[in-house]
Amino acid sequence: MVNFYRGRRAATPRLPDDSGKRSPLRALLFLLALLILLPGCRAARDADQTGAGLDRAIQNKGSDTLVNLALAWAEAYREIEPTISIAVTGGGSGTGIASLLNGTVDLANSSRDISENEKATAASLGIDIREYVVAIDALAVIVHLDNPVEELTLAQIADIYAGRITNWREVGGWDAPIILLSRETNSGTHVYFLEEVLRGGDRQNKDIFAPQTLLMPSSVGITSELRRNRNAIGYEGLGYVDLSHEKVVRVAATAAGPYVPPSVATAASGEYPIARELYIYTAGEPTGEIARYLEWVLSPVGQAIVADLGFVPIVNGAFNEFEQ
Amino acid sequence: MNLNSDSARATLPDRAEQAARLIRATKWDEFIIENAVRLSGMSAILIIGLIFFFLLREGAPTFLDIPLRQLGGSRWYPIEGLWGLAPLLYGSILVTLGATVIAVPLGLTTAVYLGEFAPAWQRELFKPLIELLAGIPSIVLGFLGWVTLAPLVMRLGAPTGLTAFTGSLLLAYMALPTIISITEDALYAVPREYRDGALALGATQWQMVWRVALPAARSGIVIAIMLGIGRAIGETMAVMMVTGNAANIPELGLGAFFQPVRTMTATIAAEMGEVAQGSMHYHVLFGVGIVLFLITFAINSLATKLVGAGGRRRGGGML
Repeated sequence: MVNFYRGRRAATPRLPDDSGKRSPLRALLFLLALLILLPGCRAARDADQTGAGLDRAIQNKGSDTLVNLALAWAEAYREIEPTISIAVTGGGSGTGIASLLNGTVDLANSSRDISENEKATAASLGIDIREYVVAIDALAVIVHLDNPVEELTLAQIADIYAGRITNWREVGGWDAPIILLSRETNSGTHVYFLEEVLRGGDRQNKDIFAPQTLLMPSSVGITSELRRNRNAIGYEGLGYVDLSHEKVVRVAATAAGPYVPPSVATAASGEYPIARELYIYTAGEPTGEIARYLEWVLSPVGQAIVADLGFVPIVNGAFNEFEQ
Repeated sequence: MNLNSDSARATLPDRAEQAARLIRATKWDEFIIENAVRLSGMSAILIIGLIFFFLLREGAPTFLDIPLRQLGGSRWYPIEGLWGLAPLLYGSILVTLGATVIAVPLGLTTAVYLGEFAPAWQRELFKPLIELLAGIPSIVLGFLGWVTLAPLVMRLGAPTGLTAFTGSLLLAYMALPTIISITEDALYAVPREYRDGALALGATQWQMVWRVALPAARSGIVIAIMLGIGRAIGETMAVMMVTGNAANIPELGLGAFFQPVRTMTATIAAEMGEVAQGSMHYHVLFGVGIVLFLITFAINSLATKLVGAGGRRRGGGML
């Protein structure tokens, strides 16, 4: 804070003398020079970028579930096409699609399919959205390593997150309140979990997350809380699960079983019930570098990276076109 | 003699010309400076006006299109069109209240110690250090709180480390430099004669501080507290990291502090990135901004009113 009171030394009024007379003018000239020179700097930089044609960045933004995969793709692609750089940022599926509609990115990553609202916005803006399925992800339900609960049914998970089951005792665990962890509402994982697990895929079902659900701004927020809180439960893309720090629960579609652990194999075969497609969206038919990049992502080389990161590769890598 | 008067006659017009030039230059300088000052002053007002107008225009649909009963609801879940502001208000008030209860006594006692009891070398050492605290970016404090404070709070028996209390602790820490620094300045501004008079009448050091210095510095102290609270209620990043962001209304009581809450600022920060411009969600987030603005405005007006009353009674305010 500023010291209001201490600087009470009386300021001696200074008369202008010859030496100081021109200084305001000089300052003005300096400012003028800056005004003229500064835009010049910028123009020169722009010329460097476009004129020499060295780097053109493809902007890629969206799902935090996809961000590691997108980064791995971008790095591998850099070795094949050194002149193309791909800028990858996370922020959530909703953020990515909103940026695509606002025209600030070329590719939007999403862990859920585009919503009716977003379709309507795109239509009103005259944007023809194209959808590409780039990988399949299994959502793992995770608990603390010490938690004795080994398996849950989809219905039990739904009851837990809707706040109908609030104590671990009710699902065969110890007598302690359940701490619910989830991503923020702008996360595609959140929306997928809401629609497919909490509501069981039933459109008439209007259940929502219990109000005491902790909404974490990032995936790291969920895993770090889960590591230090023995009563917490969370969900996360399989690619993010670290088995040495958190325990994965086996999940059954019905109470009759079977209880299946999530893995690339069980998600690909459809045995594991919580698996979803991951998407990249573009505004209009992709052309040039962007089209070539997408083609590479869906090629066997790009899909090998998908498997490396714990996601499920697309068996049939055809471009799925999205009907308006 | 003759020679002398000649030279005097020769220099006199020179001097006059020099003086005139000086005045001209001064006038020109003053013209620029005066107008620059006027322009910056007016631009500040203009910018504030524009911000206020923008906030109102973008936030107005919230209060026009959504029934008030729904806005007062207890459920905030924007992707399903549930716009209950109550949990957000509750969260902000709870966290700020906790921060105030922690920071005000701590801040005032520190300031009184530094201003009245500490030897000069301690004051010279601690005052700049405390002011340095204010410069730590809130995201850094938030990260510290998330890594170190949250596990401590959980050890106290809270169901999770991410609670309103964790946020209050962090915010108290952030408000402390403001409260200490301004209170100490206000104490320093109390005229020496007041203290000397009290001591001469036989008051002890503590009686002098409690009965004379603190009441005389009252207006400055009120400002210190209000600025501290203002900082606390408007803080975003740190709070978002440590309060758990659950749009929940815990039962009233001391236990409420040990439950996760979601503040208005964290809601705006977490959800602004996702919304499509012009959607209802977008307008409601601005509506939340209006509510936040009204609260800070009320706090500031209250401060002005309190200070005004104190100043008149004493025939001249301290600030």
